[in-house]
Amino acid sequence: MIGIEHYIVVSSILFVMGVLGIFLNRKNVIIILMAIELILLAVNINLVAFSAFLGDMVGQVFAMFVLTVAAGEAAIGLAILVIYFRGRGTIAVDDINRMKG
Amino acid sequence: MIQVFTFYLFATLLIASGAFTIFSRNPVHSVLWLILAFFNAAGLMVLVGAEFIAMLLVIVYVGAVAVLFLFVVMMLDIDFAELRAGFMKNVPLGILLAIIFVCELIFGIGAYRAGKIELADAPVNPAREGASNIEAVGELLYTKYIFLFETAGIILLVAMVGAIVLTNRKRAGVRPQKVADQVARRPEDATRNMQPEVGKGVEL
Repeated sequence: MIGIEHYIVVSSILFVMGVLGIFLNRKNVIIILMAIELILLAVNINLVAFSAFLGDMVGQVFAMFVLTVAAGEAAIGLAILVIYFRGRGTIAVDDINRMKG
Repeated sequence: MIQVFTFYLFATLLIASGAFTIFSRNPVHSVLWLILAFFNAAGLMVLVGAEFIAMLLVIVYVGAVAVLFLFVVMMLDIDFAELRAGFMKNVPLGILLAIIFVCELIFGIGAYRAGKIELADAPVNPAREGASNIEAVGELLYTKYIFLFETAGIILLVAMVGAIVLTNRKRAGVRPQKVADQVARRPEDATRNMQPEVGKGVEL
């Protein structure tokens, strides 16, 4: 029988895969953004699984809010990426030190 | 039995496509693997009866976000081989951290199996008897969480305006249509009534 543990294991593996993607592709912002999407997807699976197994609908409502924030984040991140590429001609993260922050 | 088979099918494909997303050499392939991952995650969610979120995932992610990624990847002319340069250097540390994370998470799940922490006696917002998934979500969303729902709308609006403002640029050397000036123009500013005498021209 499939229990909640199965879902948590799947979402943990997906979450760690997203973190690993950020670590491995440290230069490529596009892949980093995709890895963040994977992390948020793992969180969503967790929320939905708990919501379904505990019989509480709030998890699904909050999964929708996570989805909203993820969509906005992708749009803004890609817009920043496009203007950065326009100015510099590269998207290597190592070179993003113009503001000396 | 079919549920078990379907779960393992979706879960395996989800994890495999997640791995291909981060290990793929070509970012276009990465985006396509990401789309597959979202489809399989939607399948997993349908399996527990959360069809609203599953369909939302397909519409929002596959229909909008993944296409946005594809646009950006294909629009930018980037030498991706150069960006892969540090990949092998980061592998040992990355794998080590990933193993630590997985061990911690599996440890937490094991502890949960041994007996969960009792947080509440009963579900705070159980689904109404006989309501479908989308009805139950909607009843919560439009009553108890209406302010959060509208805030989500505002966030999307701000993201949209921000993305447009960020990527909009003024190009030098072109003369675009100035709609505001055209609309603001009145007949009095543009025309004059004159009565020239016979034999004389009009001073412009």
